[in-house]
Amino acid sequence: MAEPKTKYDRQLRIWGDQGQAALEKASICLLNCGPTGSETLKNLVLGGVGSITVIDGSKVELGDLGNNFMVDESCVGQSKAKCVCAFLQELNDAVKAKFIEEYPVTLIETNPSFFSQFTLVVATQLMEDSMVKLDRICREANVILIFARSYGLTGLVRISLKEHTVVESKPDHFLDDLRLNNPWPELKSFAESIDLDAQDPVALRHTPYVVLLIKMAEQWVKSHGGSLPSTREEKKEFKELLKARMVALDGDNYKEAIEASFKVFAPRGISSDLQQILNDSCAEVDSNSSDFWVMVAALKEFISNEGGGEAPLEGSIPDMTSSTELYVNLQNIYQAKAEADFLVIEQRVRNILKKIGKDPLSISKTTIKSFCRNARKLKVCRYRSIENEINSPILPELQKYLTDEDYSSTAVGFYILLRAVDRFAANYNSFPGQFDGGMDEDISRLKTTAVGLLSDLGCNGSTLTEDLINEICRFGASELHAVSAFIGGIASQEVIKLITRQFVPMPGTFIFNGIDHKSQILSL
Amino acid sequence: MAETVVQPSRSRDLDKLLLRPGNIIGNNFDPGQELRDDLAEYVKVLVVGAGGLGCELLKDLALSGFKKLEVIDMDTIEVTNLNRQFLFRFEDVGKPKAEVAAKRVMERISGVNIKPHYCRIEEKDIDFYSDFSIIVLGLDSIEARSYINAVACSFLEYDSDDKPRDETMKPLVDGGTEGFKGHARVIMPGVTPCFECTIWLFPPQVKFPLCTLAETPRTAAHCIEYAHLIKWDEVHSGKTFDPDDPEHMKWIYNEAVKRAELFGIPGVTYSLTQGVVKNIIPAIASTNAIVSAACALEALKITTGCSKTLSNYLTYNGAEGLHTKVTEFVRDKDCLVCGPGVLIELETSVTLQKFIDLLEKHPDLLLSKASVTHQGSSLYMQAPPVLEEMTRSNLNLPLFDLMGKTSRGTIHVTGTTSKNDTKTSVLRKLRVFFKGVDGVTDMDMAGGA
Ligand SMILES: [Zn+2]
Repeated sequence: MAEPKTKYDRQLRIWGDQGQAALEKASICLLNCGPTGSETLKNLVLGGVGSITVIDGSKVELGDLGNNFMVDESCVGQSKAKCVCAFLQELNDAVKAKFIEEYPVTLIETNPSFFSQFTLVVATQLMEDSMVKLDRICREANVILIFARSYGLTGLVRISLKEHTVVESKPDHFLDDLRLNNPWPELKSFAESIDLDAQDPVALRHTPYVVLLIKMAEQWVKSHGGSLPSTREEKKEFKELLKARMVALDGDNYKEAIEASFKVFAPRGISSDLQQILNDSCAEVDSNSSDFWVMVAALKEFISNEGGGEAPLEGSIPDMTSSTELYVNLQNIYQAKAEADFLVIEQRVRNILKKIGKDPLSISKTTIKSFCRNARKLKVCRYRSIENEINSPILPELQKYLTDEDYSSTAVGFYILLRAVDRFAANYNSFPGQFDGGMDEDISRLKTTAVGLLSDLGCNGSTLTEDLINEICRFGASELHAVSAFIGGIASQEVIKLITRQFVPMPGTFIFNGIDHKSQILSL
Repeated sequence: MAETVVQPSRSRDLDKLLLRPGNIIGNNFDPGQELRDDLAEYVKVLVVGAGGLGCELLKDLALSGFKKLEVIDMDTIEVTNLNRQFLFRFEDVGKPKAEVAAKRVMERISGVNIKPHYCRIEEKDIDFYSDFSIIVLGLDSIEARSYINAVACSFLEYDSDDKPRDETMKPLVDGGTEGFKGHARVIMPGVTPCFECTIWLFPPQVKFPLCTLAETPRTAAHCIEYAHLIKWDEVHSGKTFDPDDPEHMKWIYNEAVKRAELFGIPGVTYSLTQGVVKNIIPAIASTNAIVSAACALEALKITTGCSKTLSNYLTYNGAEGLHTKVTEFVRDKDCLVCGPGVLIELETSVTLQKFIDLLEKHPDLLLSKASVTHQGSSLYMQAPPVLEEMTRSNLNLPLFDLMGKTSRGTIHVTGTTSKNDTKTSVLRKLRVFFKGVDGVTDMDMAGGA
């Protein structure tokens, strides 16, 4: 057994060989290696990303020893980037680790093309104006960007890129694709081939619920003018019919059928989420379109033609009480249909590629197959630019958060104040409460700054509590280790999702509330 | 602008939180250097588990002002730990986790002392646990959580109005992860729900019915469990299956493949075989980092009052977007573990032996092989043999005498109980009342106090 594979066993069970391969190809750049940045990278190095580049211009001070595990006594006075990089390398020798002793702000100002070499940039502890500039650079270069910042007992994480599309979104709970109320001919005839009345009790008890429900649904439709159970009364009646048989037979399969009967009541056709993706203007493809959108275009054609309103069949069935033989047969029927749907979509993908002037074979069979299997679960995530969010946040949302007294008021307060401290720092050359002494003056200055900011945003009349303003001044731009580890943990989690293209990254701006953990994602 | 000259300090960042007065704070927050120094000097923290969460917790606590830490873990380091347990290196494989973790953190953070305990949590007596200001759990087993929870709750005393006494409250902070999901919770025994109050949050794992495995297998997992639970015993009479023996695992895998082929079932792989047989829970560094950081932060807030605390259960789910949620669960008023204790009324003549027999039949306890402790001293110990011999003579004495002839008292018993066909170690707090001696002994106690 090869060592690397064993080492990664616990994570391969989550994102598989493909996800791991994507991680191992990724090159990550970290800006500023205080605890927030160091902890983010630590989690990624352990997971086995391809390469890291640590960028920080500062030297290690005594105070850094109190909040950053990656530096120790011997590092004091040395380049922080160098020391952090050395420790990270120790964690995993499969990762290529290097450092550049340079202030990120300088790089952003003087060498914007530097960033285009990376898959993803993790920018920590940056102030607003640098964030805006870096965001512009990374969007231009199609580099994924993620901001992370720890500030006392608060902090934020924000993803920024134009578009992120996900095929393998792997939702926790998702309705099985069984077509119980809309069986295709082969499935229908399989169900018809089993005569429930002619079976002995043992065989009947081992008839899968899929068959029971297809039959029951068909019977119902016949006797109800072509429609499925829709009202609560009808659904209840449907279940009662099953229950009567269950009691007579004492079979687990009927019990499962009752529990699964909601799958019969589910509407036919595709979800509104998927419809929205099909309606997206990107689904009108041209030579600049990504593979994802080419496949969406093929999916769209399929649904309105061969699919008869349905997406391609997923092809797998859950475990259920059944004889081995019936279960295996049933599985084969689902798989055959999925394979047939895939072949149609594949042909359509090839035709579209040809039409837009691309190599018809440029998208692999495996990719198309995975797309078909996950067609009902596609996700498209888009992120506003930092500049847009800062200059014109979505006002109704912001006002909603600001007036929500219950849950999010502290989090949105922190959001406003994190922006206010940057304005404060731009005016007074230090963060409020950064140094001891002059606290009262800082508090009143921060208050004025925050009021000005709210008014600039068009939220006149909204106020922040005195308590929260005081707390932010008390925090004094401190980077507490536990908060940094939390923020860094969240950031690395999002990086993994973005790079593996599995699962769904978070939307908006995550605001950490370290007071009572009522954190919040703000979509502004 | 003239700035006050600041002495360079290691706790530069933490000082802002601990030395300055705040507006949103917890009870008894008394900011100042003394608080920081007391935290370092007097607050002892026990970390239970030195795995994915434990490694993070030790680092997080050591960098949050705690200097007196202890860690307990019975496991040794495996290769599959290395993708997240960042204190371990390839050359550490096979060494005790607690020892290596303690050593690594101490090497990097000067002034921090971490005492490792390479043993099972049940091997320590209750006194060991009473020594800590707070216990932080980084475990993956329900049984272990349940045990430590009972230990922490056993210290809790109630006053005559059945109100918990603050000074006997041993706070617990508990974390857990699975894949992209996790939780962090704060348990203030007697005030917030204990682990047992909300045991329904951890439903027992569903097992496959044996008849499915034997007669109607349908999935790869069925074939694997057939080989593991049925075929192994048929072929290897008497030899116990060892999941850590690669030869054993290989055998299971081969048998599962044969069975799958026989029934036309796809999907048996070696990796899946290991996953099913060992019930492997996927684990990654980032989730552990998030949950541990939340736990360490709560430990800091509980011990210093520097901010409000989590009330009382945080869930994190990062699979689909990012969801964090705080739920305020409530105590189960009738909880056997964090309540005042199971009430047992006895005649003064009942011997310790009879009392132990009685525990086995008590419907709320069903506790066998009990060891009995009263006010920190052992009345009877089942093990080790030396202690068993030393305490054996007590068995024939009346419990009333052993408890100092008081009319009432609290007794701690440890033993095993059967739950869902498996034996688990439990600890229970009992309130013992003796019939017909009330009044007299109360007066005696008042006189003696
Ligand atoms: Zn309880």
